[in-house]
Amino acid sequence: MRRRAIGVVLSLMFALVAAFGQSGGELKFFVHSDPKTFDPLAVVDDASETIRYLTGGVLLRVNRRTQQAEPELATAWTIARDGRSITFNLRDHIYYSDGSPFSAEDVAYTMQRLMDPALHSPTGDSFRSGSGAVHTKVDSATRVTITFPEPVAGLDKLFDQVAIVSSHSNNKERAALGPFYIADYKPDSYVLLRRNPNYWRRDAAGRQLPYLDSVRLGIQPNRDIEMMSFRRGEIDLINWLDSEYFERLAAQSPGLVHDAGPGLDSEQMWFNQAPNAPIPAYKRAWFRSTNFRRAVSAAINRADLSRVVYGGHAQPAAGPVSPANHFWFNARLRAPAYDPSGALRILQQEGFRLQGTTLLDREGHAVEFSIITNAGNKPRERMATMVQQDLGKIGINVHVVTLDFASLLDRITGSYNYEGALLGMANTDLDPNEQMNLWLSSADNHQWNPRQKSPETAWEAEIDRLMKEQAASLEPVTRKACFDRVQEIAVEQQPFIFLVYKNALSAVSATVANASPVVLRPQTYWNIETLSLRVQTASKH
Amino acid sequence: MRRIRQLAWLLLGVVALSSLGAGLWAPADYAMQFREAPNSPPSHEHLLGTDDLGRDRFSRVLYGTRISLLMAPLAALLSTLLATLVGGVAGYLGGWCERAAMGATDLFLSMPWLFLLLAVRAMLPLNVAPTTSVAVTFLLLGVLGWAASARVLCAGVRGLRNSEFVLQARASGLHGWRLLAVHVLPNLKPVLLAQFWIAIPVFIITEANLGILGLGVSEPLPSWGSLLREMESFASFGFEAWKLVPLVLLVLVVSSFQIVLSRDEVAA
Repeated sequence: MRRRAIGVVLSLMFALVAAFGQSGGELKFFVHSDPKTFDPLAVVDDASETIRYLTGGVLLRVNRRTQQAEPELATAWTIARDGRSITFNLRDHIYYSDGSPFSAEDVAYTMQRLMDPALHSPTGDSFRSGSGAVHTKVDSATRVTITFPEPVAGLDKLFDQVAIVSSHSNNKERAALGPFYIADYKPDSYVLLRRNPNYWRRDAAGRQLPYLDSVRLGIQPNRDIEMMSFRRGEIDLINWLDSEYFERLAAQSPGLVHDAGPGLDSEQMWFNQAPNAPIPAYKRAWFRSTNFRRAVSAAINRADLSRVVYGGHAQPAAGPVSPANHFWFNARLRAPAYDPSGALRILQQEGFRLQGTTLLDREGHAVEFSIITNAGNKPRERMATMVQQDLGKIGINVHVVTLDFASLLDRITGSYNYEGALLGMANTDLDPNEQMNLWLSSADNHQWNPRQKSPETAWEAEIDRLMKEQAASLEPVTRKACFDRVQEIAVEQQPFIFLVYKNALSAVSATVANASPVVLRPQTYWNIETLSLRVQTASKH
Repeated sequence: MRRIRQLAWLLLGVVALSSLGAGLWAPADYAMQFREAPNSPPSHEHLLGTDDLGRDRFSRVLYGTRISLLMAPLAALLSTLLATLVGGVAGYLGGWCERAAMGATDLFLSMPWLFLLLAVRAMLPLNVAPTTSVAVTFLLLGVLGWAASARVLCAGVRGLRNSEFVLQARASGLHGWRLLAVHVLPNLKPVLLAQFWIAIPVFIITEANLGILGLGVSEPLPSWGSLLREMESFASFGFEAWKLVPLVLLVLVVSSFQIVLSRDEVAA
């Protein structure tokens, strides 16, 4: 009886360890460059962003699984009806990693630094809503109100990117409120983060988080070496895998790879419609024809692109927002069906005719254009070659041209000396306000026809109006309706021919417990506090 | 050695005939995408499997060999001719002419060609047919690849210029271009051939590298360079040995050329 009781107690202990993970250990993974800064308010690169995520304490955090804002250093927040101010109630008795106390003064100091034009903070730019200063009023040690000159749409979720910095610590950049602090940095080699001894969060059993003792971020730009290091068990996770590596790893160790489904990033092509572009007038006329763009779109086999280029780890794209973006995705939209015969019918309505295997326009010009993409990006090169074959079936002769990225950018943004382009869109933010620079006809990144003095087409004018309306509105329903319509216009007019949404692919070692990869960045370590390392008899996999 | 030489000739003959007759015995068009079977292993339908887009690798190797075997030697010939012109004249005339020519050669070698090639590519028109891209690529390689050979040839001509038989020819009244053509250049043949053969694999590999920068042979046309790009990712190397066929072919062909050449050199 006594033995049985001891057995039950031991079993329970093992179960608890399994349920809550094991404390201790060092998680290792790679970032692909040296961090450009340790200042969490001046982050501009991926490596610095990784460090900010792991060390920065934020007022609220967008849960990467639910995509909802959740309390962190703030226990609650209220946005004023006019949308210009937000009030935070803060946690009490919170300390930085260096032992200094956290208070509302730190929030005020952070906002003052963040909005300082001299800092050139991309995070700060998200909050700029009009001319005038941002005011922060400290109501008490645990209550602070921030007021902006104009309403800021989606205001609360923007604070997910704002790591609070200490107003009085001697080492402001390294005094952390997040789960880890920066302990060591060796350029070109590694950044070592150690567990913040004063981290405020505890697990359900009351144990202080994080479970890990440290995180070692190796600096390794080469993806092949990253892959080999993972296979040798030298690193514990790969946050982003391309489909080729994913398949190879899956063939060897299917349990270690994770396909979280369509991510936020899309791949698309477009035609140059800029009036001052040095291309023949008859080609510009094709590119400006909605029916021509629709026909090209219908003649591209997106299912094949997803299956052949991405090994099935991508989805045919309908519009600018992928289903990964739960709130803003327009579920009514469907990816255009592959229909070369339908494409030819549309073209015939526009005056094009097929002569032998060559498509001719109304004036007898053979339909022929080039698609540029960046050299060295294999998936894009492959997609362009597949598009070349697909369009060949309706008599269109496509030349695939791969260029180094600098030349490509110069053509797209400077000289406009190109006909078609195939590139991707990396979305890091869920809110459509982040895409203002893409959709407004006056914007620099309005790729197909940038910097218009006034909208050149009725549908672009409509998009301008809708984007401004959603940005000015504080009602989520109104904003959603506006942006849904923008997406519909984009699909109707096909200024961008969206091709695929790439899946979020990652790999996590079997030694890591509680990992649950998601589509939003950082896919694998978004729940870093609760990750732990299992003790394994054999560490290789 | 004789048997090895015969084997080399045989291999070169088989490769040349196979590639020239690619249209006859290639099982598929080099651009045809069998999208249901991308990256498939060797089979009856696809002797060397298929590439990332489902294109028959065997057919692409045949057509790619034709392009590379034709264009790389042409580019090598062009660069060797230019090198002979610059290096030969400089070495033969000597003095300030040699110093000026070798100074220009050094300047040429020190140029950041990678960036210049990128600039050249940026200036080229985009609507270029794949066949034109092949010609442009190898023409550029030929025009830019002469400098290192020119130094070697200059040194060779300088040595011949001061040799006893040339001095004797000169004493017999032979001068100028005739002396160069009759006595100097024939004795340079081994050096010229070596420079020519060395340039071929170098140009093939360079063409592959230029492809990564967007300057190589454009899709869907295959070349050894574009076929070698399949091995860019060494993570994939060990799993699919049949992807090594273009590399093996390149090594075999270049080695065969060298073996055949060694006999020619002996004869020379």
